[in-house]
Parts: sequence; C-alpha cells; structure tokens
Amino acid sequence: MESMREHEQHGHNEHQHEHDAQTAGEHPLDLAAVRAKLQSKTGKQYWRTLEELAEDPNFEELLHREFPRQAPSEWDESVDRRDFLKLMAASLAFAGLSGCGRAPEQHIVPYVKQPDGLILGKPQFYATAMPFGADAIGLLVESHEGRPTKIEGNPDHPSSLGATNAFAQASILNLYDPDRAQTVTNFGEIRTWSAFLDSAQALSAALKETKGEGFRILTGIITSPTLAAQIQSLLMLYPQAKWHQWEPAVGDGAREGAKLAFGTYVNTLYHPEKAEVILSLDSDFLGSGPGHIRYAREFSHRRNLDQHAIVNRTGGEMNRLYVVEPTPSVTGASADHRLPLRASEVELFAGALAGKLGLGISAKVSPDAEKWLEAVAKDLQKNKGASLVVAGEHQPAEVHALAHAINAALGNVGTTLHYTEPVEAHPVNHLESLRELCNDIDAGKVDTLLILGVNPVYTAPHDFDFASKLRFDQKTKSKKVRTAIHVSSHFDETSELCDWHAAESHYLETWGDARAFDGTVSVIQPLIAPLYRTHSAREVLAAFSDKPGVSDYEALRERLKAANPSADFEKFWRKTLHDGTVAGSAFPAINAVQKLNPSSLPAAKATSADDLEFIFRPDPCVYDGRFANNGWLQELPKPVTKLTWDNAALVSPKTAEKLGLTQGVASRGGEHGKIYSNVVDVTLSNSKVTAAAWILPGQADGVIVLPLGYGRKKAGYTGSNKGFNAYAVRASNALWSAGASGSAIKKTGNDYPLACTQYHFNMEGRQILATGTLEEYHKNPNFANEHAEAPAKELSLYNGEAEFPYQRDKWAMAIDLNKCNGCNACVVACQSENNIAVVGKEQVMRGREMHWIRIDRYYKAESKTNDPSSYSESLDNPETFFQPVPCQQCENAPCEQVCPVAATVHSAEGLNDMVYNRCIGTRYCSNNCPYKVRRFNFLRFQDWETPQLKLLRNPEVTVRSRGVMEKCTYCVQRISSARIEAEKQNREIRDGAIVTACEQACPTQAIVFGNANDKESRVAKLRAQQRNYTLLGELNARPRTTYLAAVRNPNPELEKA
Amino acid sequence: MAQIFHRSTNFIARFSVFSALFLVGLALIAVLGVARSPYSTRQNISREQPVQFSHKHHVADDGIDCRYCHTSVETSAVAGIPPTKTCMNCHSVLFSSAPYLEPIRESYRSGKSIEWNKVHRLADFAYFNHSIHINKGVGCSTCHGPVHQMPLVFQANTLLMQWCVECHRSPEQVLRPKDQVFNMDWKAPENQAEIGARLREEYKIRTTAELTSCSTCHR
Repeated sequence: MESMREHEQHGHNEHQHEHDAQTAGEHPLDLAAVRAKLQSKTGKQYWRTLEELAEDPNFEELLHREFPRQAPSEWDESVDRRDFLKLMAASLAFAGLSGCGRAPEQHIVPYVKQPDGLILGKPQFYATAMPFGADAIGLLVESHEGRPTKIEGNPDHPSSLGATNAFAQASILNLYDPDRAQTVTNFGEIRTWSAFLDSAQALSAALKETKGEGFRILTGIITSPTLAAQIQSLLMLYPQAKWHQWEPAVGDGAREGAKLAFGTYVNTLYHPEKAEVILSLDSDFLGSGPGHIRYAREFSHRRNLDQHAIVNRTGGEMNRLYVVEPTPSVTGASADHRLPLRASEVELFAGALAGKLGLGISAKVSPDAEKWLEAVAKDLQKNKGASLVVAGEHQPAEVHALAHAINAALGNVGTTLHYTEPVEAHPVNHLESLRELCNDIDAGKVDTLLILGVNPVYTAPHDFDFASKLRFDQKTKSKKVRTAIHVSSHFDETSELCDWHAAESHYLETWGDARAFDGTVSVIQPLIAPLYRTHSAREVLAAFSDKPGVSDYEALRERLKAANPSADFEKFWRKTLHDGTVAGSAFPAINAVQKLNPSSLPAAKATSADDLEFIFRPDPCVYDGRFANNGWLQELPKPVTKLTWDNAALVSPKTAEKLGLTQGVASRGGEHGKIYSNVVDVTLSNSKVTAAAWILPGQADGVIVLPLGYGRKKAGYTGSNKGFNAYAVRASNALWSAGASGSAIKKTGNDYPLACTQYHFNMEGRQILATGTLEEYHKNPNFANEHAEAPAKELSLYNGEAEFPYQRDKWAMAIDLNKCNGCNACVVACQSENNIAVVGKEQVMRGREMHWIRIDRYYKAESKTNDPSSYSESLDNPETFFQPVPCQQCENAPCEQVCPVAATVHSAEGLNDMVYNRCIGTRYCSNNCPYKVRRFNFLRFQDWETPQLKLLRNPEVTVRSRGVMEKCTYCVQRISSARIEAEKQNREIRDGAIVTACEQACPTQAIVFGNANDKESRVAKLRAQQRNYTLLGELNARPRTTYLAAVRNPNPELEKA
Repeated sequence: MAQIFHRSTNFIARFSVFSALFLVGLALIAVLGVARSPYSTRQNISREQPVQFSHKHHVADDGIDCRYCHTSVETSAVAGIPPTKTCMNCHSVLFSSAPYLEPIRESYRSGKSIEWNKVHRLADFAYFNHSIHINKGVGCSTCHGPVHQMPLVFQANTLLMQWCVECHRSPEQVLRPKDQVFNMDWKAPENQAEIGARLREEYKIRTTAELTSCSTCHR
C-alpha cells in the first residue's frame, strides 16, 4: 500500500458491489427505532452516528474492541496456518540477516557554488500565493535546500492572516503528484516546446489574416492582472477572437445579483467582526468562497469568551449567527440557530425577510420558518448597522439582490460590508459564456480553441455535451473545432480530445500574480524550477502573440513596473517579493447605488413539497474535481459527513424513511468504518447516474445533495473512478438545484461500502464534549467541569514517589471548541508537516487511517421541557459541534505504563515521547489509550520508491515504516528548533516561538500551544479559564491538551418556542 | 532388561544442555560485539576520498580555522561540507595546475558536485544539531578527535547512543570555555570536574533529565 498510489482492491467500477454476505439489508438501520431511543433520553445528549443512537448490536461490538476479533488476514485466504508459519520463519531469518549487515556507504554532495543566503540545514521561507477562484491565498512556503516541503499562511496577506485552508495545505502534494502531465503532446505523442511554439506561430499567422475569426479562449475565473493583460493583448491582436469563461463550482448568482441590484458587477466584502447578528442565506462564508479564511478569523474574534476580559469589547459579548441552508455546512455547524430549508425556499425566505423589513415584498414561508423569520427580523432590526446578511454562492441572483437590499435597509453598507470593483479581471456570466461558445462551435464558427486550466469535458453541463464539440466525428469524418489546445496540470478528460496538450506548471513553479478577494495584488513567486517540461498558461498564450519568448518573470516585472511607477523599481520589487503583496493595491470602497426596487422582482417559486429537490455542491475535499488526484484530500474526512474516498447522495433521515433508504454497519471482524449503503439511480433531465445514498441529519427534507468532483475517468492513479459523477446529471437549466418528482430516484437493490471515519475511535458515550448556552455560562461559568468527579491529585500506584516538578517548560495545548468550525485545515497541515501516510479506502474501512489529529463531529440533542418530541426533532436538525482530538500528552499516560520496550516514555517537559526505533509494534499502548489517538502502521503505508514523493518529505521528521506506532508529538521538531535557538541566545523560549502545524494552519485560532508554566503565556491564560476542561478527567491521566467548552448564543425568543 | 544407555550418557546430556546455553550466550555476545566493533561502527577506519584532501595539512600546517569551510557549524544542525567554490577561493591561485587538484577544477568547470564519501554517519533516527553543541562549549575535537592530525579523516568515536548519552548524563566532563571550542589542541585541565561544573552553570545547560529525554534526539 503506497501513499499517493492508493490501491483499490475493490473494482474500480463506480458502484460495483462486492458480492459479499454482508449488506445493509442484513442489519439495516431502523430510523424509527433511533427516534424512539432519542425520545427516551433526558437532558443533554451527544451522539456521533445514527448507529450509536440506535444502540445497534454490530456497532456495540465495534465499540468494545479497538482491534475486533477475527481481524481479517492481510494475505490471500489460500494461505493456511502452516504456510503462515513458514512465511514467518523465513521472514524472521531474512529480516535478522539483513539487520546484521553493515550500513551502506553514503556520499555527501555539496554545492559547487552555494546560493546566497542559504544556510545548509536551515529552512527558508518565501512569500507566494495560491490562486483559487476569485481569491488568492497568501502563503509562506518552507523550502529545504531548494525543495518546497510545507505551506503556511502569510500573516501579512489580507486573505490569509497567517492561516490556510485544507486546499492550500494539500496543494503541495499536487506539485509532487507523479501523475502530472510532464511535457507537450500532440495527439498523445510527445513534442518539444519549440515544436509547439512553431505550430502556434503558424496558427497565429493564419489567424492574423482573418483578424482572429474563429479563435476562442476558454478559461476559469482569472484574477491575475498579468494573465488578463496577456489575454487582452491577444484580443487586440485578433479583434474577432473571443474570451469565454467557465468556472463549474462558482455560481453566477453573486455576479448577476450585483448587476440586478446595482446595474453593474461589484464585489462584496464582509466584516463579520463588526456584526452583532449575522444571517447566512445558504452561504458557507466560514468554510468556502473568496475570503473565507479571513472571515473565519474575524468571526472567531467575536466568539472569544474570556471571563477575565469581557470589558474592552466594542459590541456584545458574543455575536449571533443564524443560518438558513439546505444541507449542513461548516458555517451551519457554527450557527446559534440553524434552519434547514430547501434551496429553492431560501429565496422565499429572503423575500419574506425583506417584506418584514418593509421592502414591499410579500412571500409566504412555512409556519415553522415564519416563527423563526419573525425572531431573526427583530434581531436584525435591533442591530441596525451592526448586522449582516450574506447570500450563498450557489443561490440565484434574486437572493443576492435581496441580500443587497436588506443590508442597505439595515444600514449595514459601510459598516459590516462594503463594495469594491470586481476582483475578477473580466466578470461575465459563466453559464452564458460557455453556452455561447458551445453554440458557436456547433455553428462551425470556431476553428481554434485554447482551453486554459479548466476541464470542460468533465465539468460542463451534460446537455452541452462538450465532448462532442471536440471529438472526431466518424460519420462526417470531421471535427467541429479544427485545432483544440489544452493547457492543464494533468492529462485529463479534456486533454484526451484535444489536438495539443501542454503540461501546465504548478503555482509553486511559476512567476505570476493574482488578486486576493479584496483586490490586493499578490505575487506568485516560484519555489522551485519546473520539475518537468511544463509551462504556464501565460506562456502558452504568449506563444500566439507577437512576443512569444517573453518569460513569466519579465512579463510580471514589466506589468508591475507599469502599474507602480516608482523611482527605485528594484527596491519596490524586493519589498513586494518579500511581503508577497503590492502595498496598497486593495480596491477602495465604492459607493454602489441600489437601482433595484425589490418589489419588482418576480415572485419566487419553491419546488412543490411533494417533489424532491436535487442540489449540486462542490465537494468539501476535492472541490470541483481539480483535487481528485490528491491523496491527502481524498482521505480527509469531509467536515460534516466524515466520509472519505467517495461522495454520496446525501438525504435527510425523513426523506430516507420515505424513500426506504438505509445503511448498515459491516460487522465482519476488523472492520470499523465500513458502512453498507443503499445504491440509488438518479435520473435527471434524461440522464442517469448511480450513487450511494448517505443519511445526513440536519439536511432539509426532500433535498438530495449530489456533491460534484467525483467519478472522474482520467484524474490519475489516486483520483480516477472514485465515487459518482454528479456532473452527468447536471443540466444547464438546473445548474445548482433541480426539482423532480419522487420517481427521479430509485433504489437499485444493491449496496455499496462507504468509508466513514466517524465510526472510529469512539469514546463510548462518556462526557467528551461540554457545551452550553451563553445564559448557562453566565449562570455558571464552570459548567464544563461539573459532570466530572475530579480524582485526588496524589492518587498514584507508585507510593511515595514525588510528583515530577516540570520546572522549566511544561508544554500544553488548549483547544477552544467555541471557535473550531471543523474546517480540516489542521488535519492536512499535520499530515504535511509530519510525513503522515495515506492508507486508502480499504484500510480506512478497517479503521486504520493515520491522521494524528482527527476532528470528531458531535450532534447534540437537548430538551429543557422534557417533551419527547423535541428530541425527535433534533434528529432532523441537531446542533453540531466539532472537536479536534490530537494526542492528549497525558502526564499520567496510560500508554507509557504498558509498553514492554519503553518505546513511549515521558520527557522532562512532559511530552509523551514516541521512540520509533524502539517500537516493536505490540499495540498495547493503543489499546490502553482512553482517547484513541495512537495510529499503527499495519502495513508499509509510506511510498519509499516514487522519487517525486521523496522531495515532499519534511527532513526534520522520521518517515515511519511498517510495524511502528505513531501519534501526535506536539510537533516536537518545532519545539526542538525553537529550544535550540533560545538556548543559543541564553534566553527562555518566548511565548509564540513554537507554533504547532495545526495551530499555524487554524483560521480561527482555536488551537493554542505554549508553556503552561509561564503565567503570561496564552495557553496558561486559557487553561485558567473556567470553561477549560479535560477529556475524561476522572481517569486522572492529566492530559496536557485541554478543551474550552463551546458556548452558543441562542436567541431567547426562539428558545422559548 | 539391560540398560539401553550407559551411565555416562547422563553426563553427556547435562553437558550438552549447558554447553548449548553457553553457546547461545556466546553467540549473543558475539553479535553484540560485532555491532559495537569498528567493523560496523567504522570507528578508526580512514576513508579514501575523490580528492586527496588532507585536514592535517590545511588545519595544522596552514592554520585554517574549521569555520572557513564548515560555515554553518555555529548556526545550523549541519556543519556543512564546503562548495567547490570554497576550494577555488585559494586554489585558483595556489597550486592552480597541480594534477591532484584536477577533480576540483573539473567540478568548478562543469558545475558537477564532488561526491565525498561520508565519514561520520549517525543513525537516521538521531537528529543531531551541531550549533547547540558548539554554542554550549562542546569542542570540535571532543567528538571528532584530532582532525588536525588526520591526513585522511576517520571517525574517532563510535557514534553509538551509549557514547552520546555518556556526555548527556554528565556534560561537565567535556565542557570547555567557549573561546577554546575550535582549538584542536585543547586538553582537559587537571581540575576539569570543577571547571566543567562551573561552565555548566554559566552556560545554563539543561538538567540531565532534560538532556536525556528521548525527544531531545529522536522525533
């Protein structure tokens, strides 16, 4: 089993069902029983999976054994006991013999001329940026002797503020992806770049004669001023040429909504920090979309609950977030009040809200929503000028226009949000743009098509049938587009049908620029020369211009020189490279004048309650499919569903009951997270796809979510043929939501195994999570510690042994559950920093994923009235909480007591050290760990052969092999390096000098690491708060990792109801 | 019925049991012995290099400081093997046509690195940092031995964990004043125990418990 090149033992077929005795049919989940169980409970209840609630016997079995009986064999079943013994004897002999040998000779290969500023053995950091949609995330990239190894956020960059998201963290694996396209090809045959240049020049000579008639360029969203200038100059050269854009996972709603409201495209920037009340209309502004990292940071500032520092705050103690959404998102999970509504009802809701605020609209919502709406409207009006309404990326233009009108009516413009000119270089309606291109191709008006970066054959609406536009038609013996050129990082579905394919460089290999969400020009600086014969999109464009030889570096410098005339350009250039941004290039606020009378909007229509609503959303891990070949993201449990390696058609519990869909835990020994789920056929607009269903509490009834980005045919070794392709049923007239009758979905009778990590590492219903409301917190700030009986401090088996003093540094971590929104950035950051292996779906289903930090998702049900029905509702709309769990670094560590070879022992600073070279793999430590944070290398999960992946490794961390236990080390390599620097200067380690990888990546600053002995340190202050509690405190393991209880700020008016 | 076995068989049986135990013990000692022998630690075995470079000549005869070539020893985990450019600083003028320096000139011309044979090879799971040792008064010769007397460098110590831990348990025995760190001729004075203890305090060297924690060297 290797890391990137993950083997699938199951067939690659999308829904090929294993003919296995175990199916969902044998032990199906009974939702009615779950409801009944819920009703029998009182007080606060926390649960993670439906099976747990149902007290499913199979699940209980899993729970009681971390390594269940009859663990399945790793080898072929034909190997019997005798063969096993033979194999063992032989392997012992060989292993013993090979261990006796002398270590081989090694060589030292120094530089011939060492680069300036490089100190061997010390990492360097360079500022750069990752372009992503209408945003660029500012980064600092760590480089070891010229190879980038780790991505961090750039604290000076407006869209990062030092944090990152899971995509940015994982993008480094894309650089070293062995499946990347490596050269220029023509009809699949390798060509030189100069052959491509010659061909491009010949084409452009012909095009010049026709003034570019029939020349088309197709790109995604472009915010790069240099790239946009290159395209514009081509359009000048070829006046008849056209530029089309298609970004499959970003809706046109925001653009068109602005046009509707203001008559022109504008960009909306939010300031969540200044808002007391925020209403999200299906917007996941904390988890995705331009600027979300910054928004999450700002939002978390208003979730600081410091009992000592309630003063010196501008507004109230905590803000309040209302979320209306069809399917649970990271933002919805952070909400104080969440209302599941169908996507099409969100517009009704927005209309009704506008009506309540006196904007002259009347719209009718359901009675339940009405009550909710009333309270929200009141709350918003109470906080005029300090409230914020955010419309979702995938909502139609009308919702955006209404949000603009509501914000204006509430006086929020200029305080909690402002408008600027658009960040996109050339904002257009993408759907119309692509439609125009397709129509023109069909009409024979296109003969040269240049596709930059996007993959329309996979992502275009299925009714456009983009493949037919490029394919050679056997009947007519012709092609509609004479020459199609594709530029992309991988040889994908589109490349296959194009004449030329040019391999695109990764952003860490090229010079360039991009605008961040607020317009700031961010410089993309390469960390490494292209690994292969790859070129940037701009170079390919330049090949068609008059100046084909201009390098990216020259183009960028020229562009910056022209845009920023200064006396000393070299000085400006150095400063810009150092900072990563052009100072003062953010767009100024503009005064956008409302031109729309909201009452003139056409009345919104929701899909009929009897119908089903299918909605399309980018996948939280592979996005629109561009990250499909990234093993880190494939194995990353999706924030809410916790599924890995697959997407699934998500349905609410009630809809599942109606449709007769169920799922069942595989109970064959050894399998932890293998869930057999019913397979359904989804037929929309005459196109069919087969998908596995997944029951998701909190989803709106009647809504079925089809996540995009999976089911790719040519993504690469890791990404091809995983999950189902939702694009196959996505039509241009129902890009984001499609209403259909109940017959659109049909059970096939088959089951499909899904890998869900939420079934792993269960802590068996003990009080793990502490949550409360602001009111409860005011009454009793110590509520988190009430439940636990604190053991006597001196309780010890070792009689008379003095407590270890930990005189100098006492490392500790505090995780604020009030801030964590489950975004997963920490999980990938940890994977990248600590050389953690990818194990593949088969192994995840056995509970063997290697993530050192996991994020548990908990649902909460609570009834104050003891009314059983209120519990039942919580199945349909539970409160959601996230809890990151790394190694707790216990002072009385249970794992240490049971290791027979002292491979896990305590350090003098209180770290629970793991010594790989001593570990013999008994797994006793993991069995004895109450927090289930230890990870065992059952197989050799690391890829030791692929040369590209060797470049990726962090040289400061050991690459573990088979048979070794591992776990979170508190990033001991970072502690070591900070300690050595401090020691050299004869000083103490300053607070903040050690930043763990998870802490550094966290957008909300929920994770804080430091020295608990230093009373002034941030972590000591957090530990002193009353919200601070330890997991399973009654065990007296004394973890160094502690949690701050989550506090929600519900509206008392809605609470009473 | 006659005895099948003669009485002496008892002795033979006992003897074989004990000698088997003895042999197993001996084999174990032999294995451990081999692991600690210069055969596997490569202690005291000098290594041929692609260039006939003599530390003895450059350090003892010419008086060049260690840091002229090993530039990052005070700042980084690795001391650094000098780039070809460092050799050429002098050898573009001195012995500029000597045939045995041809590999250097060749490397400089072609831009291809010289591949030195590694002499000091620490286990990969031990993360040694030069700079902290230098900054805390551990001299070069403490670990590397009399490099200034070595025409061809050899590893003067075993580099076994046992050897590392000896100092980490009681660093006093090797600490020297900071201005003596790069002095290859430094010898521990008579009252090293006393001076070492004083220096340990002065340099704020961490406690033995901290110095011998696993994560100090392994991660």
